[in-house]
Amino acid sequence: MSGSALTYAIVDGVLTGSVYALMATGLTLIFGVMDIINIAQGIFVVLGAYLSYAIQLHWGIDPFVGLLITIPTLFVVGIVVERGFMSRLKGPEKTAMSILVTYAVSLLIEGSLNMIFSVNDVQINAWYVNRSFKLFGVYFAYIYVFGFILAVVLLTALWVLLYRTRFGASVRASLADQTAAALIGINVKRVATICFGIGTAVTAAGGMVFGATNAFNASSSYDLISRLLTIIVLGGMGSLGGALVASIGMVMLEDVVGVVWSPIWSTMTFFIVLVIVLSLRPQGLFGKQLARTA
Amino acid sequence: MRHWSRAAWALGLAALALFPVVVTNPAYTTIGVFTLIYMACATSWNMFSGYTGYIALGSAVSYGVGAYTMALVSIHANMAPGASMFWLVPLGGLLATLVALPIGAIALRVRRHTFVVITIAIFFVFQLTAINVGFTGSTSGLILPFISWNESYYNLPFYYVGLSLVIFATILSAVVRRSRFGLQMLAIRDDEDRALGLGVRTTAVKLTGFALAQFTIGMAGALYAMFVGQIFPQFVFDPLFDVSIALMAFLGGLGTLVGPLLGALILESFQQWLTLSFSNSSLYLILFGALFLVVILFMPQGIVVFVRDRVTRRSAREKAAVAAAETTLAGSGA
Repeated sequence: MSGSALTYAIVDGVLTGSVYALMATGLTLIFGVMDIINIAQGIFVVLGAYLSYAIQLHWGIDPFVGLLITIPTLFVVGIVVERGFMSRLKGPEKTAMSILVTYAVSLLIEGSLNMIFSVNDVQINAWYVNRSFKLFGVYFAYIYVFGFILAVVLLTALWVLLYRTRFGASVRASLADQTAAALIGINVKRVATICFGIGTAVTAAGGMVFGATNAFNASSSYDLISRLLTIIVLGGMGSLGGALVASIGMVMLEDVVGVVWSPIWSTMTFFIVLVIVLSLRPQGLFGKQLARTA
Repeated sequence: MRHWSRAAWALGLAALALFPVVVTNPAYTTIGVFTLIYMACATSWNMFSGYTGYIALGSAVSYGVGAYTMALVSIHANMAPGASMFWLVPLGGLLATLVALPIGAIALRVRRHTFVVITIAIFFVFQLTAINVGFTGSTSGLILPFISWNESYYNLPFYYVGLSLVIFATILSAVVRRSRFGLQMLAIRDDEDRALGLGVRTTAVKLTGFALAQFTIGMAGALYAMFVGQIFPQFVFDPLFDVSIALMAFLGGLGTLVGPLLGALILESFQQWLTLSFSNSSLYLILFGALFLVVILFMPQGIVVFVRDRVTRRSAREKAAVAAAETTLAGSGA
């Protein structure tokens, strides 16, 4: 293996991995606070990508500027989905049911997107998508760096929100123990709704970068959600740091396998690693030991 | 009550058996074949997931293994196109069961939602493998030996083999339900740790149930491959298949015997009819998603339990009313 290929794998792992980290953080946050596995996260990413694509196409707004529209839009979409469907789920089978409900939401959005945008692949285009620069002997399009900066900014903002504000303290309390959080006077339901909104809002940014670096259509959501699920299960469900480490680690590993072996098999690395890790450590890399539940 | 239910089963079976005799239009009997395939799959899925509460979303692995068994063996053994290929149907089921053993051994180490996620992940491993390796024909698919039966009766053998699969799956599910093994699965659903404490070998029971359920799904996949004559990795390893059969069981009534049959009958015939009339798969996705939401949010226990609850509640109310009237009468008489 050539050195530049390895460098590429590492750099791309950090750049692309951070974007995945952003999307995965939303997913793991929703799980941690609400015990909900949001299968619709994949289609939300695609929705975010299509929104950026559409406002650029029709209004000529740069996708990065367009985030000022798409992030709040997806936040509202998240709130609506949470209030409309998720908050109705109760009981011991809540998590399993949430998978089915969010899958249904995902199918609804997929069908609608297919009708509006057709099933032909599109890609977000801008000057930074086509132009590239040389980094450690490898060419990268500017979008990778811009996407990385965006992801770092948003992840930092999320970190500040979670670790430096009163609201963040209630979120972390709900992550740790929902019942105890409710007992000390935290409105866990409201925290959950807002977290679902935040969890989907980050997909607007992730989706924009995804849409600029990949040709996509509505069914790209299957590939996305399977990767994101793998990442958060690997990182330990509900662990924010785990999601970050797993995202960057997995994208890097995928690139390395693609270079060393064949790009055909690189996607499978994700799932094979997942199967191996879960066989050895069912709670994931950074997950808490699951309490034995009925 | 008991003979009523027996009469209903007999009536349902008679209706299914006579359907292609009455309705001879091949377009409709084709819908019939697909519907039977899904009825068998949903019933079999329910036999594991409905009884144990472990929602498996990777059943398309078994369906695909069955389909590829049929395709690869019939092609490479140069089989004469025709009825002899039906012998590969049970072989497809057998291979699906064998493949399910290691999958189950890994996936069943974790519980509940992690189990769901890991079944999805394993499904994608299979789908990607099928797309990427050579012997599956990759994305261009495989063409099975062409069966040159006349159009007027082409569907009939498939229909009745499909019906046999449904009957097999239903009887198996009923027998399992009444057996000690079935009770152990139900105990796992209710409280796995307590079941373990009471001496249920949970790991063995789960693995057996999981592998057993894949047999019919594998057979159905093989029948599907033979019926359509050409298979593609992305259609036999289809994530929508996984959710469809889960939804069918949920719609009818998870853990009940008649529920998955009813759910599959309604959903699959509806989907096929929709495809036939509109040829718009996006519309189907929207309707399917909406229906899915309505079912899970408003009658999470499914049609069968929903209706049964209504009926028992009404008869209870009537009994209460009669009792109250009698008391009033007795009171006024005294």
